[in-house]
Amino acid sequence: MSLLTRNKAPKLADHNAGRKLFGSRGATITVWIIAIFWTIPTLGLFATSFRPKEEISANGWWNFFIHPHLTLANYSAIFSSGTTSGISNGIMPYVINSFVITIPAVIFPITIATMAAYCLAWVKFRGSDALFYGIFALQIVPIQVALVPLLNLFTGGVHIGTVTVVPALHIAGTFVGIWLPHTMFALPLAIYLLHNFISSLPRDLMEAANVDGASHFTVFRRIVLPLSVPAIAAFTIFQFLWVWNDLLVALTFTGGTEGINPLNAKLRGLAGTWGSHWELLTSSAFVMIVVPLIVFFSLQRYFVRGLLAGSVK
Amino acid sequence: MLAGIAIFLAVLAAIFFIAGRANGKKQRPIAILVFLGPALVLLLFGLLGPAIRTFVLSFKGSASHTWVGFKNYQWLFTDESMRIVLRNTVFWILFTPIITTGLGLLLAILLDRMRRESVAKSLIFMPMAISFVGASIIWKFVYQYANPNQPQIGLMSSIARHLGFGPTNWLLQQPLNTFLLMIIFVWSQTGFAMVILSAAIKAVPADIMEASALDGAHGWKLFRGVTFPMVRSTFIVVLATMVVATLKLFDIVQASTGGNFGTSVLANEMYSEVFVRYDAGRGSAMAIVLFLLVVPVLVYNIYNLRRERSIA
Repeated sequence: MSLLTRNKAPKLADHNAGRKLFGSRGATITVWIIAIFWTIPTLGLFATSFRPKEEISANGWWNFFIHPHLTLANYSAIFSSGTTSGISNGIMPYVINSFVITIPAVIFPITIATMAAYCLAWVKFRGSDALFYGIFALQIVPIQVALVPLLNLFTGGVHIGTVTVVPALHIAGTFVGIWLPHTMFALPLAIYLLHNFISSLPRDLMEAANVDGASHFTVFRRIVLPLSVPAIAAFTIFQFLWVWNDLLVALTFTGGTEGINPLNAKLRGLAGTWGSHWELLTSSAFVMIVVPLIVFFSLQRYFVRGLLAGSVK
Repeated sequence: MLAGIAIFLAVLAAIFFIAGRANGKKQRPIAILVFLGPALVLLLFGLLGPAIRTFVLSFKGSASHTWVGFKNYQWLFTDESMRIVLRNTVFWILFTPIITTGLGLLLAILLDRMRRESVAKSLIFMPMAISFVGASIIWKFVYQYANPNQPQIGLMSSIARHLGFGPTNWLLQQPLNTFLLMIIFVWSQTGFAMVILSAAIKAVPADIMEASALDGAHGWKLFRGVTFPMVRSTFIVVLATMVVATLKLFDIVQASTGGNFGTSVLANEMYSEVFVRYDAGRGSAMAIVLFLLVVPVLVYNIYNLRRERSIA
């Protein structure tokens, strides 16, 4: 796919000539007005999380900029094991859960997808193209369609009549039970994207390696993996944000097991139970969104590439 | 987590080591098995099998014991309680994709007219990194309402009061609340539309624009006659992507109202049906309807993407 493999460099020379749709100054002002309007809600959350509890309920957050009273009390409240937050160990366990869920749920599908993509692209066999298109077509299956039977598989196994095809896996409510669905759901898109990239690697390189007697495993490790880093990086970012920000898979596969909820799913519940405790809600929400925001601001270019790549998901 | 990753990598390394030692005729089939096997097993048990099973379940009763024919589907399209869900879903599809993509296009055109765009562009794009749950909390704070005798700490309530009309509990007002939830989606996704459309506009060759300008095309005429036709296919791809995202929308509804007060949509109702009301039959029927709605859009989209990329 061109978006991953090539960086089209548009001819920027005299790029603006003839583009008189709006006056340039008018355009700048309009965009900035929209940008400020777009930022105000997030700014409100951010400012509120640093205001004393009494002031939050006494007046609007915009007063913060007239009478700034900074406090970290809200943050210590959500991280402390005290009773202020109403959750026994604060939100830290859920922050850790988010990482514990996200990191393997990124590594597993990418590894498996890279292997499959290499095989489909370079270890051709009868039906390999049909298989690739089959996997490609699986992209259209919404996650919702797979949820219930997959959960049943984890709790009860698969039976046809009285014959047990797969025994009960008993992994519902464990981390494995969340890594696995994330891995499964990520595969069609990951294989498709990586296949596009890997199949465009130079044929000469592969043939030279084969002539030298290198096995497929050697070729994969020594040639394919190092050369695929750009595509892998783009997909890593996409998948990281996808899993970190996911709610549906987390809610479904953590089941009733509170202890393994990621922060995103926990916050969904807290948004209800904390109701108007905005000092707790804003600070917790900020903790959650700061991680993807760091990824966003530090890797924006790759982030965009990852997004473009994943735009079909 | 570390143990999980370590086990995964250790198993992989061991298989690679053992399989790598095979030679001669056996090497190819073993390689295919090792490289492709895990992915195929996961796809079979994680997607293909479950999708077929859901299809079967949609013709069964709540506990999946009895066959009920098309009863679940009939219920879905005729029941009183479902009418509001379907109405909301239609509202979402009618308004959000076109508003999001249109606003994204407007911004992309404006950005093209700016000398320096980076900071403003980043600010508009930023919500894309925030989860829908986070976005819902941010906007619930904007919509926050307090009794009239108390200070209004929600931005919208405060503005409403200053403008002289009494703030109300916005998220309880039907059908206004559905539109308030749409704002969250638009706020979150416009940056995505903008970035992709902006890239498409930049890819329009400068000489075409110049030639049209020399021919006297400018302003609206230039946009309608030249710019838009050049980015039309990208516009449609983004629009279709938004339609699919709208159809699958679950998080915003869950996190802001939980589907109460007449704000539920199909994807949210499907979850409630299965995991709150424990009716796997009706839930499966909803999932299948969702699937049937998504398929044509996605097929069209993938077709377009492929065509575009083969040209590019």
